[in-house]
Amino acid sequence: MADFLQPQTLHAALEARAAHPDYLPIAGCTDVMVGFSHQAQPTGFIDLFGLAEIQGICADDGHISIGAATTYGDILKDPLVYESFPVLSEAIREIGAVQIQERGTLGGNLGTCSPVGDTLPVLLALDAQVHVASSKRGSRLVPINDFIVGYRKNALAEDELIVEIKMPLAPEGTQQYWRKVGTRRAQSISKLMMCVVGRLNGKDVEHIRIALGAVAAAPMRVEKTEAVLAGQALHEETILAAQDTLASEITPIDDVRSSAVYRKEVACNLLGRFLNDLGGA
Amino acid sequence: MTKPGHSFVGHSVNRVDGHAKVSGRAIYVDDISMPGMLHGRTVRSKVAHGTLKDIVFDAAFDWSDITTVTAKDITGPNFVALMEEDQPALVPMGGKIMHHDEPVALICGPDKSKVDAAMAHIDQQVDELPAVLSIDESRAANTLLYGDDNIFKAYTLEKGEGLDEAFAAADHIVEGEYFTGAQEQMYIETQGMIAHWQDESLHITGSMQCPYYIHNAMKSLFGLEDEAVVISQAVTGGGFGGKEEYPSMLAAHVALLAKKAGAPVKIIYDRSEDVAATTKRHPCLVKHRLGLNAHGEIVAADVDITFDGGAYVTLSPVVLSRGVLHSIGPYKCPTLRVVGRMMATNTPPHGAYRGFGAPQTTFAYERQIDKAARVLGMDPVEFRLRNRLNLGDETATGQILKNSVASEKVVREVMAQAEKEPPNDICMPKAVQDVKRGRGFALYYHGAGFTGSGEDRLKGRVAVAVNKQGEFEVRSASTDIGQGAFTIFTQIAATTLGVDVANVKVVQPNTKMVPDSGPTVASRTCMVVGGIVEQAANGLKEKLQAYGESKGLDCGDVLALAEAHAKDVGELAFETTYKSPPGIHFDDQTYRGDAYPCYGWAACLVDVAVDPDTYEVTVERCIHAVDVGKAVHPIIVKGQIEGGTMQALGWALWESVLYKNGKVMNPSMTDCIIPTAMEAPELETIIVEEPYPHGPHGAKGVGEIPMDGPAAAVANALQDALGKSFDVVPMLPETIAEVLKGGPA
Ligand SMILES: Cc1cc2nc3c(=O)[nH]c(=O)nc-3n(C[C@H](O)[C@H](O)[C@H](O)COP(=O)(O)OP(=O)(O)OC[C@H]3O[C@@H](n4cnc5c(N)ncnc54)[C@H](O)[C@@H]3O)c2cc1C
Repeated sequence: MADFLQPQTLHAALEARAAHPDYLPIAGCTDVMVGFSHQAQPTGFIDLFGLAEIQGICADDGHISIGAATTYGDILKDPLVYESFPVLSEAIREIGAVQIQERGTLGGNLGTCSPVGDTLPVLLALDAQVHVASSKRGSRLVPINDFIVGYRKNALAEDELIVEIKMPLAPEGTQQYWRKVGTRRAQSISKLMMCVVGRLNGKDVEHIRIALGAVAAAPMRVEKTEAVLAGQALHEETILAAQDTLASEITPIDDVRSSAVYRKEVACNLLGRFLNDLGGA
Repeated sequence: MTKPGHSFVGHSVNRVDGHAKVSGRAIYVDDISMPGMLHGRTVRSKVAHGTLKDIVFDAAFDWSDITTVTAKDITGPNFVALMEEDQPALVPMGGKIMHHDEPVALICGPDKSKVDAAMAHIDQQVDELPAVLSIDESRAANTLLYGDDNIFKAYTLEKGEGLDEAFAAADHIVEGEYFTGAQEQMYIETQGMIAHWQDESLHITGSMQCPYYIHNAMKSLFGLEDEAVVISQAVTGGGFGGKEEYPSMLAAHVALLAKKAGAPVKIIYDRSEDVAATTKRHPCLVKHRLGLNAHGEIVAADVDITFDGGAYVTLSPVVLSRGVLHSIGPYKCPTLRVVGRMMATNTPPHGAYRGFGAPQTTFAYERQIDKAARVLGMDPVEFRLRNRLNLGDETATGQILKNSVASEKVVREVMAQAEKEPPNDICMPKAVQDVKRGRGFALYYHGAGFTGSGEDRLKGRVAVAVNKQGEFEVRSASTDIGQGAFTIFTQIAATTLGVDVANVKVVQPNTKMVPDSGPTVASRTCMVVGGIVEQAANGLKEKLQAYGESKGLDCGDVLALAEAHAKDVGELAFETTYKSPPGIHFDDQTYRGDAYPCYGWAACLVDVAVDPDTYEVTVERCIHAVDVGKAVHPIIVKGQIEGGTMQALGWALWESVLYKNGKVMNPSMTDCIIPTAMEAPELETIIVEEPYPHGPHGAKGVGEIPMDGPAAAVANALQDALGKSFDVVPMLPETIAEVLKGGPA
């Protein structure tokens, strides 16, 4: 039987993590349990579900922070989140279905760091930072872009846990767009997700973040495409140029859920749609 | 106490299986445990085609408490008896592996996790052979899998003279090619079975549709007499055809293991094994040509149908037959030729799935009919009404429709409903802009009961009895797989006997206790078996009344008569055998005559909305009018129609079984997508009742028909919305994107 630790404080959890690098931290277990059907169980677990210190949502100095072990259900109920980051609420509302939302956590989505982790493009577009901690080295804030390292790989060290996710509040006039293209409307793994966060100054693009999932080994920001738009007036040619760049910047594949061709085409369509909306907003 | 003459038919009485199921008390096969029971697993092939050289059990592994079975342990004839003797229970050494995930060996042991671990210590040595993986490759016959042409079976259906002349004289010709893909049944309960041997007799309990199919297969495999094989159905969590033939294979496996191990053995498939290895709907290619005259009438049809049968014959010839017989649809056509063939390929055998060949050919002809209306510039509904079969008309096989035709009524009902406000239960999300919308229609029919002379061959038998306790029992082999069979039998028997439904019990099918009423397939359970139940109940009632008269009892109170008989004499059973209604004849050789005793009729209207950015389709409205003769239990009938409609919409828009080198690539509920409630519009279901004079209270089939038409209605709606032709099922967003990029329709 695997060992099962249930630390009652963050400190105890970090100690346990450092003492047992081979133990698997678990929160809602919605990713971990699925893995059991095709991979070996670890020797032990460190259960973080319900650990109060890394749960909950708060606002401070221009940020909103969400504890790593906060369930999707709790995030959805919080007006701070859906007023400031409607795209995050929208993305979460489409994760699995209500049962999964009551167990799954934001920290778990980052822990798994899958190319189809639905919140990751949102966090990328929102310039989130991941607050991680270890018992020996204390805490650090990792920009989400650096936290996501590769295919199912994040920057978490062996003795670290995710504590919270911090997102800067956007200035007035910032628009947010989100779309998950799944295999169906619920209980669906994404074929493609896109999040766009932008702000215009008159006609000119003052701020733009474009992030996608399921179009490369890991969720990614498309910085070349952003560069095409940054500082430019948002008219038809700019949008076409951005779509062209996007098509060459992403590297989707054919798999059981969709095709590379479709993913590329739909990514470009959605970008066009969002940029048009941004221009018209 | 119900008065004699009270009818339970037409009323939605409580389902007899309902309480146990919703309270979690129903006993499914995986809930059953027996003393000393072992857990089994199936070792499966890893190539689509090859010669099995050897199976190596890793000498370093501890096999002491594991029993292994290979084909060497089969002492009798090594095939799973059905139509042909081609499919082995286990591939023999030196024999051919014909498809991926084909059973080659079995293991079992007391510790489930150890049995799972042992699976990794079994190696197969195989000489791989070139595999035949598509209809085209099979027809090319460069590699032969069956006979000298890879054709399992072919049928030709012809009517009228001078097909070429008829086409030459036609004012318009409409031509199309249609492909429909495999579909997984995705019953909630995966396949499972338990076997044990007792004094040389074999007892099997499990999830199944057809206990006597298994009975027959086990008698043949083990060389046993009728009484030495007892097959009983556990509560079964859905079948949709998927538990028609495959359970015989699983039964063979648990029986072989139990025999060798000398203990009861259970095998329950996990989802990935179930999806990878068991049967699916046959992929099908239809080339369809219609000749039209200037008045908007169909004058000629030339249809070429090719099904992918997979690796073994199984039931495919019967699927082919139904596909061929339905390929012209409920339309008049004086001159026609239909050629159909079933091909062998190195994919897991395709098999029974709700509709049984008809959905594939219905998709083709209902696309053709829609295109014909377009070519003529006619309203698609008007065109259908003009050409539809009516009372007294002749079908493609020359059958004169003498009764029970609802071709116009179903259309009128759907159109009337379409005038009403839509329920607006599900629509394209508001944020989506420039949505493209379209409406599609389909009219179709489905032959009720077994094809051709099947029912005469089957001679289904049912007994209705008073048991020793004085209770009424219906004894039939027809299984309740969630479709409500036991409830409707109870209603029919109680009504005939003149007793309350609470006084009638349907015996859980067990080959020792129930006569063979035939398989639970082909929308025949209510219409055919329900009819036998009615006759047997009548026979029993007469016998009881005769007994009552001889004893001077009140013959009006059948329940009291039953109690008296049970007390004084004991059990009393009355068994009846099915007889085809007079005047129904079909010639299996020429394919002429009454293909089915009657038909159900249906019309479906679908409104779609397409997202112009993602090509995702929302079915915003689906109106479905289905003629069932008589709705014995309206809620069950509605459930059948709604479930069938969703399976059909799923097939049309979401469901896709992906194969690579003959192996299923998406064997999970995560990736083998079926629609959820979120995809389902508020279905507008209309039950139409055009009684069939020879069915119980006028009833005919309902199980399959709702599966046939909605896919074509969706494709027709997509053409309306997007102006392009959609001729492939499923119409995934990827497919739609591709079609839109293609040239003009
Ligand atoms: C039916 C179903 C549907 C799903 N649908 C979706 C969907 O639509 N979209 C989507 O994105 N995902 C989906 N998922 C996946 C899953 O629900 C999410 O990824 C979820 O966010 C995981 O959270 P969890 O708390 O359950 O993580 P767990 O399974 O507990 O953990 C996941 C990983 O994160 C690590 N981890 C968790 N918390 C921490 C922490 N605080 N510090 C360090 N490491 C940590 C664990 O070690 C593990 O490696 C679905 C899963 C299922 C079973």
